[in-house]
Amino acid sequence: MDQPNIISVQGLCNTFGEQVIHQDLNLEVRRGEILGVVGGSGTGKSVLMRSIIGLQEPVAGKIRVFDEGMIGKEEDEASDVRRRWGVLFQGGALFSTLTVAENVQVPLREFYPDFSKALLDEIAHYKIYLSGLPADAAHKFPSELSGGMRKRAGLARALAMDPELLFLDEPTAGLDPIGAANFDNLTRDLKETLGLTVFLITHDLDTLYAICDRVAVIADKKVIAVGAIEELLAIDHPWINEYFSGPRGRAARRGHDKHNNNPQPELHQPGRS
Amino acid sequence: MANAAEFLQEDLADGGQILRLSGSFTIALIGDVDGRLRDLSANVRKIDLRAVEHMDTVGAWLVHRTAKASGAEIVGAGNDASRLLQAVSGADQADIPPRPHPPSFERFLAEVGHSVVISFTTLLQFLGFVGQVVKASFILAMNPGRFRWHAVVQHFDMVGVRALGIIGLMSFLIGIVIAQQGAVQLRQFGAEVFTINLIGRLTFRELGILMTAIMVAGRSGSAFAAQIGTMKITEEIDAMRTIGVVPAEALVVPRVIAAVMMMPLLGIFASLMSVIGGGLLCWVVLEIPPATFVQRLREVTPMTDFWIGMIKAPVFGAIIAMAGCFQGMQVHGNAEQVGLKTTAAVVQAIFLVIVLDAFFAIFFSEIGWN
Repeated sequence: MDQPNIISVQGLCNTFGEQVIHQDLNLEVRRGEILGVVGGSGTGKSVLMRSIIGLQEPVAGKIRVFDEGMIGKEEDEASDVRRRWGVLFQGGALFSTLTVAENVQVPLREFYPDFSKALLDEIAHYKIYLSGLPADAAHKFPSELSGGMRKRAGLARALAMDPELLFLDEPTAGLDPIGAANFDNLTRDLKETLGLTVFLITHDLDTLYAICDRVAVIADKKVIAVGAIEELLAIDHPWINEYFSGPRGRAARRGHDKHNNNPQPELHQPGRS
Repeated sequence: MANAAEFLQEDLADGGQILRLSGSFTIALIGDVDGRLRDLSANVRKIDLRAVEHMDTVGAWLVHRTAKASGAEIVGAGNDASRLLQAVSGADQADIPPRPHPPSFERFLAEVGHSVVISFTTLLQFLGFVGQVVKASFILAMNPGRFRWHAVVQHFDMVGVRALGIIGLMSFLIGIVIAQQGAVQLRQFGAEVFTINLIGRLTFRELGILMTAIMVAGRSGSAFAAQIGTMKITEEIDAMRTIGVVPAEALVVPRVIAAVMMMPLLGIFASLMSVIGGGLLCWVVLEIPPATFVQRLREVTPMTDFWIGMIKAPVFGAIIAMAGCFQGMQVHGNAEQVGLKTTAAVVQAIFLVIVLDAFFAIFFSEIGWN
C-alpha cells in the first residue's frame, strides 16, 4: 500500500444557508486511478469538486491535494498545485473572447512566460489534436463551436499544462453516444500515456463501466461507498441497488460484459473521432 | 529533485551526429532546450532517449519535431516515451492552417466597407425593431389582458423610484451652480435679480429634463441593454419565442412604458430640486428671501416652459428605452458583446436625446413659445 493519495478529503461539511450539502464527507483519490463520482442530482458532486479545487469554502473539514492543504488558499496562492492540475467544467468554461488555440495557451503563458510563440503554437496544435478537435477549430471562437467541440476544447485547455491530476465534471453529458465513447477512450488513453489521475463526475453508466478504476457514491450527504463496481454491487443500499440494477445500469453492464468477452482489437487512437 | 532537460551532440562514424538527451523532458524543466533544438543545424541521424528520466507531451513533442525535421531515428525510448511520441505524432496529419492576415490596406478597406454595411443593416434593423414595438403595443392595447402590469410596475420602481435620490441630488447641485454663475455674471450689470429668471426658465425648459434624460440613460438604458443582452446569451429569449411569448411584448413594451411614464415625473422632480438649489443660493448669497424668490419666479416663468419640458420628457424616455432594448437585442455570441452593446445603448441614447433637444428648442421658438 505504498500508493500515496493525491487527494484526501476529511470531514468535509458544506452548507448553503440552512441547506446542508455535505456532512462529514471523507474521500481519497489514489495516484494513477480514474475515480468516478456518482450520486443523484443535487447530492453535491460538483460542490465536492469545487471544494477540492478551492472554489467553494467549506464550513469544516480538511482537504489536501498533492499533500498540500487547499482550504483558505487565495487565487494567487498554491500555484505549485494549480500547475499540476487541469479542470474541465461542465460547459467547457472557455474564455469567450479568445480563440480555442489562445484558450489553450492561457495557462502556459501564465506559468511559463518564457516559452517562445512558436512553441506555444505547436503545443496548442498538438493539444487540440489530442483532445480530438479538427485542426481548423484552432482559430475559432467558442461561440462558433458546438457543445461537444466546446467540451473537447475545454479538455485541451485542461491538458495544456500536462497535469498529473485532471478534474472532469460530466465530460460526456450532452455528447452523442459515439462522441461519448470516444471521449471515454480518450480519457483512458490520456490516463495511460500521461499517467494521469482523474477525478470524474458523471451520470454516464457506460463511462463508469468503461474507464473507472473505482467509483465513489455520494448519498445522504456523504460518500457512502467507494470501490470497484463489482464491490459496489455487493453493497445493500437502496440507492446503489437502484442505480446499478435499474434498466440503464443493467444495460450498461451487459454492454460492458459483452465487450470484455469478445475483446475487440484496439482501433481507437487519441483524436480520431 | 529531477534534473533539467539537457542534450549533447556526438559525432557518429558515418559523418552524422547523435543527440544524447538527458534529464527531465517535462514542461517545467524544459528551459531553453526548445530554442536550442530549433537552432540546431547539425546533420542529426539519431536521437538517444536512454538517459531521459521523465517525459511528458511537451518533451515528446520536442523530440518528435526534431526527429521529423532532420529525419533522425529515435532510439532508446521506453514504453511511456514511445506511447507519448506516438500520441503527439498524430498531430502532423492535421496541420492547422495559418490565420489569414491580409495586407493592412486591404484590411482597412474591408473594415470601412464592413462598417458601412453594418450601419445600414443596423438602421434597417432599428426600423424593424420600432415596427415590432409599435405592433406589440397595438396588440396589447387590443388585448389588455395580456399586458404585463407586474413588469411595468417593477420597472416604475427601477427607473423612477430608485433614481429619485441621485437625480434629486444632481439637480439640486446644478441649480446651485446655475444660480452662482448667473449671480456672478449679472452682478457686473447690477442685474442680480435676473438670476431668478435664469433659474426658472433654464431648469423647467431645458436642463431639468435634459440632465434627467442623461441620468436615466446612464442608469436605466444601460441596465435594459445589459439585462436583455444577457438573456440573449443565455438563450432565454429563444426560449420565450418557442413558448410563444413575443419578446417585444414581454420585455420591450413594459420597459418603454415605464421610461415614458417616469421621465416626466422625474423631470418635474429634477426641475423642482434645481429651483430649490437655486433659491437657496439666492437666499444665502444675494439675500433674496424665499417668498420673494417664489413670487418673482411665478412672474417670469411662463407656463409654456413647463409644458415644453413635459412634452419633451416622454419622447426622451421612449428614445432611451428603445435604444437600450434595441442594443440588448443586438447582442449575440459572447460576454464582451454585452459590454459593447451596453455602452452603445448609452452613447446612442444620450446623442439622440441631445440632437432631438436641439430640434425641440428651434421648434418651440418658431411656434412662439418663448
